[in-house]
Amino acid sequence: MSIDKTPSIGLQKASGLFRRQIFIPLAALIVLILFNLIADPSFFEISYGTNSAGNPVLSGYLITILDNASELAILAIGMTLVTAASGGQDISVGAAIAISGSVVLRVLCGDNPRPDEMQASILTAFLISCVVSMLFGAFNGTLVAYFNIQPMIATLILYTAGRSIAAWINNNRLPIISDPSFGYFGTFIPGIPIPTPIFIAIICMAIIALVLKFTTLGLYAQSVGINPNSAKLNGINPAFIKFITYVIMGLCVAVAGFIKVTRFSTINYSVVALDIEMDAILAVALGGNALSGGKFSMVSSILGAYVIQFLTTTLFKFNVSSSALPAYKAVVVIVLVVLSAPTVRETLKKAWNRLRAGSPARKEA
Amino acid sequence: MQKDSVLEMRGIYKSFYSVKALQDVDFTLREGEIHALMGENGAGKSTLIKVLTGVYAKDEGQIFLKGHEGPVNIKSPEEAQKAGISTVYQEITLCPNLTVAENMYIGRERSPITNWRRMNADANRILEALAIPAKAQQQLGTCSIAVQQMVAIARAVDMECKVLILDEPTSSLDESEVSKLFKLMLDLKSRGVGIIFVTHFLDQVYEVCDRITVLRDGHLIGEYAIENMPRVDLVSKMLGKELDDLSEIKSGDEGESSYGEVIYEADGLSSTATRSPFSFSIHKGEVNGFTGLLGSGRSECVRAIFGADRVTSGKVHMDGHDIKVSKPRDAMKHGIGYLPEDRKKDGIVGDLSVRENIILALQVMKGFFGPISRAQAEAFADEYIKLLDIKTASTDTPIKSLSGGNQQKVILARWLLTNPQYLILDEPTRGIDIGTKIEIQKLVLKLASEGKSVTFISSEIDEMLRTCSRLIVMRDGKEVGELSGSDLTQSKIMNTIAGGAR
Repeated sequence: MSIDKTPSIGLQKASGLFRRQIFIPLAALIVLILFNLIADPSFFEISYGTNSAGNPVLSGYLITILDNASELAILAIGMTLVTAASGGQDISVGAAIAISGSVVLRVLCGDNPRPDEMQASILTAFLISCVVSMLFGAFNGTLVAYFNIQPMIATLILYTAGRSIAAWINNNRLPIISDPSFGYFGTFIPGIPIPTPIFIAIICMAIIALVLKFTTLGLYAQSVGINPNSAKLNGINPAFIKFITYVIMGLCVAVAGFIKVTRFSTINYSVVALDIEMDAILAVALGGNALSGGKFSMVSSILGAYVIQFLTTTLFKFNVSSSALPAYKAVVVIVLVVLSAPTVRETLKKAWNRLRAGSPARKEA
Repeated sequence: MQKDSVLEMRGIYKSFYSVKALQDVDFTLREGEIHALMGENGAGKSTLIKVLTGVYAKDEGQIFLKGHEGPVNIKSPEEAQKAGISTVYQEITLCPNLTVAENMYIGRERSPITNWRRMNADANRILEALAIPAKAQQQLGTCSIAVQQMVAIARAVDMECKVLILDEPTSSLDESEVSKLFKLMLDLKSRGVGIIFVTHFLDQVYEVCDRITVLRDGHLIGEYAIENMPRVDLVSKMLGKELDDLSEIKSGDEGESSYGEVIYEADGLSSTATRSPFSFSIHKGEVNGFTGLLGSGRSECVRAIFGADRVTSGKVHMDGHDIKVSKPRDAMKHGIGYLPEDRKKDGIVGDLSVRENIILALQVMKGFFGPISRAQAEAFADEYIKLLDIKTASTDTPIKSLSGGNQQKVILARWLLTNPQYLILDEPTRGIDIGTKIEIQKLVLKLASEGKSVTFISSEIDEMLRTCSRLIVMRDGKEVGELSGSDLTQSKIMNTIAGGAR
């Protein structure tokens, strides 16, 4: 998240941009925007209306993207930290979302899957799910940091067991919350036309920005990811830093899980947040972060998450069926990942420099 | 091309962006000679080697090889290898979890089907011929570093190289291992192999080399036969100045016999890495040293002081208080700094910037909730870059792209920034050029004169003699002697290290 101080001459800035991590997600976003502009400018229309409950709402593809990307953006925060510090990824986040969502419903419903009124306040339910998610994060973190198990193997355990645990928490029933105030968090708060998840995502981003600014978490996580020996000899406890990133991941999971259950006021254990871990990892990779750990750019990861959602929504718009969607997505992902590979970026940079040398007339890029 | 030369490089130019790394450099290697390539860090040695091995493309100039008509154009390390140029790097580039034979033949199988028995037999034959104490089927990782180096050389030799480049092969070897390596080099020399030997150790140059080529700031200074080149001249050629600096240091060492109070004292200290408990104390303003062969336990001792390994027993007093050091953070809190022996493995955080590397230790001491602001960090970095004359493009440059000596200065800056009372420097001058070495030695003495205590470890005894006023001699994990005052002579130290018998 560094601020570059390159001279403000347009060309130099542009060539510096190739080297900057944020280039790839930014370029991908611009390409997607241009594509939609050309194909159908109505993509960017935002209309103002009322929903079935009579609340004023904004609707349009852009709103959909911002709304639906919320969980992914929040998960990208945790995934970036986990990746940076432990050099591996947490593949259990989808299953862990099922657990945290299930906990929220269980606390609110008690033993009755169709309660007329909630058995506890929403805040209590959310906080309990945070604690539970962080405990599961701590479980992953312990395996990775203190038992030195590869992150993918360590989190495979929860990946496998998570959805069963989620079902077990609610005795395999599907509770439904009828109280409309529960749905405010996943849809709209009456009177506010912007979907609530967007605000929740913004709050999470603000929190992580503050954490990175006012603590040394970023420096420590990077140091541990790059050279744990050296980090240790400078007084950092590498195992603890790795551990704590998994706990933070747990917290992100809890927030994402909370959004997921409040969207529908219920849960489907086997499909909620299915495969979302892959998108979260992809967001980190799209952000130009090395999946082997070390240096990271949080802004790029989060932007990566929005790019993925932008892509998904664009494909839906063009009537790609949901079963064919992953295949289309894969093609685009291949292009993006190849473009973000260091060798390709290096070549691009060289090509750019040659182009610049070839045209002495300095044009603004 | 002269008749007896195997390699001639003529008028080589190479620049990186605006930096001219090589300017009009000539280099000639004759058959059956060991040719030292010398120069400070940044003089262009590595660049010249990399141009020769096809890692970098030269901007201008010609390379001639024996057996090739006209100039050759080497575009990749594979091509260099095919042309008979092999390189053995300072860091072992083999695979420790494969066997010796597999390492020797990896990447050059003639057919997709491997005849393991023949491969092992061939490997054993070569190892035997070169008197390398390793077996073909032994896992490489179980061999000592010296033997691994030798296996790398054996691999090169078996590829029928005419030019063998040894890039600082001795910097992690102890003396007996070095002599084994030299035997191997002399053996190869007698077979007509031309060897380019890059090293920072003057003694070694005078022990085995026939000729010296000196580079400075990317220019060729000259090529000399070893017998016409006294050491002092060589050093001044490399530095481009006369050697007043060296004598200055020595005189600064005299007359410091009275020190302040004991600042650090350890009694029966041991860690999971030390072989037996040891006791140790250091005064305010004192520079002492731990010496002994590699593996004698000197690094393990200082690591125990810093809490780098798990401390298992012992009492520690510092500044008159009992303190407990069980992890590096504790030691740092009490004003102890530690520059580790292995810069790459334990010192630098490679991908982070020079700035981040400089502030790292201070940042940790300030704690998790007290990040140093960007502006403050920038100011600290600028201050120390200036103070230690660190050569870096900017404070934002990743430390891994700096030369070894400059990386070491960054790590030094890191600890100086924490303003330690007691600084432990484990091999701070290994693998760095003479100019920087002298700067570091001076810095150590300056720190001591400011009332800081320093423990200095080096494999080079004359360097220890120049800086330390007291030497603790280690052998086989035990302290076997403590020398100070008039006992501080090369022969006395050698005798103590060897056990007094010789």
